[in-house]
Amino acid sequence: MHILAAEDVLENRAIITDIFKEFKIWNHKMSLNSSDVKRIAHLARIEVTDNEAETLLQKLSGILNLIEQMQAVDTSGITPMSHSQDVTQRLRPDAVTETDQRSLFQSIAPKLGNGVQDPAVADGLYLVPQVIE
Amino acid sequence: MLASKQISSVEMTQEFLQRIDQLNPEINAYITLDHEKSLAQARVADQRIAAGSATSLTGIPIAQKDIFCAKGWRTTCGSKMLENFISPYDAGVIERFDQAGAVNLGKTNMDEFAMGSSNETSYFGKVQNPWDRERVPGGSSGGSAAAVAARLCAAATGTDTGGSIRQPAALCGFSGLKPTYGLVSRYGMIAFASSLDQAGPMAKSCEDMALMMNVMTGFDERDSTSLHHEKEDYTRDLAKPLAGLKVGLPREFFADGLDSGVAAAVQNAIDEYRKLGAEMVDISLPNSMLSIPVYYVLAPAEASSNLSRYDGVRFGHRAAEYDDLLDMYCKSRAEGFGAEVKRRIMIGTYVLSAGYYDAYYLKAQQIRRLIANDFAEAFKQCDIIMGPTAPSTAFKAGEKADDPVSMYLQDIYTIAVNLAGLPGMSIPAGFVDGLPTGIQIIGNYFDEARMLNVGHAYQQVTDWHLQMPRGIGNL
Repeated sequence: MHILAAEDVLENRAIITDIFKEFKIWNHKMSLNSSDVKRIAHLARIEVTDNEAETLLQKLSGILNLIEQMQAVDTSGITPMSHSQDVTQRLRPDAVTETDQRSLFQSIAPKLGNGVQDPAVADGLYLVPQVIE
Repeated sequence: MLASKQISSVEMTQEFLQRIDQLNPEINAYITLDHEKSLAQARVADQRIAAGSATSLTGIPIAQKDIFCAKGWRTTCGSKMLENFISPYDAGVIERFDQAGAVNLGKTNMDEFAMGSSNETSYFGKVQNPWDRERVPGGSSGGSAAAVAARLCAAATGTDTGGSIRQPAALCGFSGLKPTYGLVSRYGMIAFASSLDQAGPMAKSCEDMALMMNVMTGFDERDSTSLHHEKEDYTRDLAKPLAGLKVGLPREFFADGLDSGVAAAVQNAIDEYRKLGAEMVDISLPNSMLSIPVYYVLAPAEASSNLSRYDGVRFGHRAAEYDDLLDMYCKSRAEGFGAEVKRRIMIGTYVLSAGYYDAYYLKAQQIRRLIANDFAEAFKQCDIIMGPTAPSTAFKAGEKADDPVSMYLQDIYTIAVNLAGLPGMSIPAGFVDGLPTGIQIIGNYFDEARMLNVGHAYQQVTDWHLQMPRGIGNL
């Protein structure tokens, strides 16, 4: 039985961890299937029929192949960037500054639907199907 | 022209409206017009001119991309989702044009929710490129582009998330500028990708764009990403000589994928700049070619979040029939959004979902920093960067409809600029087989005045920007 010295163990562990990272990334490279498409559609709250799911699957897989190119780049230690300038979120005093424009905003409410042509508002509230019994 | 009282704002507005009535049914540059509203603004402008309180844009008819909420105007963002949305408020940009006394000529057509490079995804139909009616004007600001090129407005506004001002400017032969991110308010500008979207001018010349920049820029506390930046006069350096200007030419922008005719036109423009006194420097932007995959993670991710507000509850499209609340959401969104928008929302949803965030969104934000760093390094060796705007001239409508990825590659030279938040501009650089092409000028942060100077100098010794397409009537 070969006994590894402590340093060798650490070095091997690093190598194995790197391989696992590759494997994890490689796993993400898997192509989508129809049930993935349905799951994503549900998360996005967009109804997708079975036919649409087929076409979507093709097009989405194409786009995912495009973005896989990112995996070839080593980005260890790089800070993610979300704004080009070094800025922080502005704060403001905790005081009311908005005015009440409810009737203006509710004047463009959608129609209720399911046969009812009236706007989906009542008593200053928006009307939607009941959620809690 | 207005100042010298050769023509009144009302007369100018009427002339444009007549031209629009004639040409718009074919070109389809405008989605919404309101002659009464426009003329009312023109009358107010004429009073102001008579009273001596006019500024440079008072009375000038400007076409507004239908992504800017304008109070009392239908604002559709090119989508069925907002087909009947009458905006209850004005965007920051609209307010500024109003205060300047400009006339809102109408809302221009665009790719749905600004997602596209050809104006073919609009719910309101495609737009014809005035230079060749069977070809696309580019996108997403395709309607504004066609309106400027066909002289259906004095100038227009656009927005640019991945190239949507610059690419149409190149394809339609006029000047377009995307300012440094944070200079122009995004309040009331319908959001696509919040960390990339930026509004800018689209006009016949750099001089016109400078005047528009003076109106459009400025801090807005209602936009959390708006920057405090000292007020500038963007016309101040227009006439400066270019001697000593160092121009960086990124080798990655002159490699495979660039049409040879476009490459030749851009080379000619570069030679013209040498004559004007500029010195060319070879530079490299090694990570720039990753900008497309990075963008197609970040932009859809941000879009999936921004477009989640369209749920049929408070405004916009609600399905006519639904079983329960979940069904109402799913049907309203399925009916209201077009295919490209749905694709991008789904890619965005996927890359942000549990287990994928690190591998995709975070990774993309890291590569974004590498791309921005490349530019920072390059700007140590040059003052300004030049290259082609688009890889080809305008393609035929329908040509790229079936292959999203081939459409995405249209933005190969423009996207890195949005990712880095830098200002970018396209000006006309000639023609290839009768179709316009542009040269892209990229500046360092807040360097718009110099970019406009660089563009203006070229426009003093060339006349590409003065050319007009045939068949757009007498002017």
